Amino acid sequence: MSIDESTAARVAKLARIKVEPEALGALAQEFNGILGFIEQLNEVDVEGVEPMTSVTPQRLKRREDVVTDGDQQDKVLKNAPDAREGFFAVPKVVE
Amino acid sequence: MSDLNKLGLAEARDALRARETSSKELTNACLAAIDGAGALNAFVHHTPEKALEQAAQADARLKDADAPAMCGLPIGIKDLFCTKDVPSQAGSRILEGFLPQYESTVSQNLFDAGAVMLGKLNMDEFAMGSSNETSVYGNAVNPWRRGNDAAQLTPGGSSGGSAAAVAADLCLAATGTDTGGSIRQPAAFTGITGIKPTYGRCSRWGIVAFASSLDQAGPMTKSVRDAAIMLEAMCGHDPKDSTSADLAVPDFEAALTGDVRGKKIGIPKEYRMDGMPEEIETLWQDGIAMMRDAGAEIVDISLPHTKYALPAYYVIAPAEASSNLARYDGVRYGHRAKLDQGDGITEMYEKTRAEGFGPEVQRRVMIGTYVLSAGFYDAYYNRARKVRTLIKKDFEDVFAQGIDSILTPATPSAAFGLGEMADADPVQMYLNDVFTVTVNLAGLPGIAVPTGQDRQGLPLGLQLIGRPWEEADLLSSAYALEQAAGFVAKADKWW
Repeated sequence: MSIDESTAARVAKLARIKVEPEALGALAQEFNGILGFIEQLNEVDVEGVEPMTSVTPQRLKRREDVVTDGDQQDKVLKNAPDAREGFFAVPKVVE
Repeated sequence: MSDLNKLGLAEARDALRARETSSKELTNACLAAIDGAGALNAFVHHTPEKALEQAAQADARLKDADAPAMCGLPIGIKDLFCTKDVPSQAGSRILEGFLPQYESTVSQNLFDAGAVMLGKLNMDEFAMGSSNETSVYGNAVNPWRRGNDAAQLTPGGSSGGSAAAVAADLCLAATGTDTGGSIRQPAAFTGITGIKPTYGRCSRWGIVAFASSLDQAGPMTKSVRDAAIMLEAMCGHDPKDSTSADLAVPDFEAALTGDVRGKKIGIPKEYRMDGMPEEIETLWQDGIAMMRDAGAEIVDISLPHTKYALPAYYVIAPAEASSNLARYDGVRYGHRAKLDQGDGITEMYEKTRAEGFGPEVQRRVMIGTYVLSAGFYDAYYNRARKVRTLIKKDFEDVFAQGIDSILTPATPSAAFGLGEMADADPVQMYLNDVFTVTVNLAGLPGIAVPTGQDRQGLPLGLQLIGRPWEEADLLSSAYALEQAAGFVAKADKWW
């Protein structure tokens, strides 16, 4: 599997990271190096093997479905780069 | 008492309880050592006021004979832990200015046990790195040097600041976290002890997430006894982390008998890597001889899927990271890029993340995005998770044969020079974790103990891997190894 510049650009878009067009070639090359390393996994016979979902065989704990927390608007907004009138503020998303 | 900062946790605790010193004196000794160690760039956020306030409280408790396990002991906290109202940036620009409004469970547990926080410690950005060279704060520097050569060496990573600080006696101990070796590799590079407990032993709540199925916190200390004391204070069930184990925490220190007679120690043949330096092989053979002399039975074992651990890790960890790091979007906390006229929300995300994440983090987020993307999910991500099942089964099989613990080298080399790997491709750097990463994939406890030095005088460490939840037994075996190795060397002070 070889990654070209257009695939690198698509991945950057999916990851929401701006990559300048002139940097895409080097990025694609790095991806190919790492993916080449990862492709050793194709040597392993995984027929009938379950993919791991949890490393410790534990049943997740359950609790009553009730509100246990809240009323912390100030704390939640405290670190926002832009918060107004009790909300997070972002650039306009609908015209 | 003099040189109080050079004490370990156990010695300082005993001195405090004997009223030979005070937490205030200990804390001041560490604060002075930190002030004089700017060249190591280990502490990146300093909290002397909080430290002295906690020390005063600890001294009051000591006076009332109401002292919990870590009462009055000054430690450093890795920058990955969210600490209330104290900068917690995970070594990243994207969390610049972030002041958590809550305390991580592990740091809270330590404070409840009476520990004193001196400040936050340098680390690779989002714990992604093996040399502390990806940090927004710049490199942390290893206190050790190659003989008289002034070249700066890496303290390892990602917990490089923690390792440098403990090795240079800037604090009595420090917290670390370990996703692929980030406690054990820096411990080995700096001649200290570091344990990654069983997955689920320490709560991950309030620790900035890298790869959630692999991340565990653990102590980095000057001795195995100190590791036992601090691990006990750190761990325990936490309802706020659904993967935290609801199991009683044993008295790890009381379990330190160092008696390994009759224990079966496995030596995995797959850890004998091509091109491994002779000094690492010698170190390993010496460790095997020490355990045999202490009465353990040495058994050759096979962990056949070892070779595939790193490639599986470099699918699973980036995949989880790409998901975990999606939260850094410039909306709720940290950095937001300055936008141009007409920029919408997508440009805000893309510019914020391009400015906020360094190159290694960007690389891993994008690799993770790729292996999870439509059409590749099965070929990469699902296959890696199946290989992970096989790696875990390798360990289950040898434990079922009666093996108690497994002895391996901790790292494939001694500490290397800062900048030496700059031109290498990323995979070369990833190979640093070749002996440690299997342990994370299998969720097991592993401990690095310093046992020797290379011919340039740099520390080298061995790793013991234990059965799940049997940290008490693992620590006791590590204690036997520590006693036999008698490693007491310290870096000559140049900073």
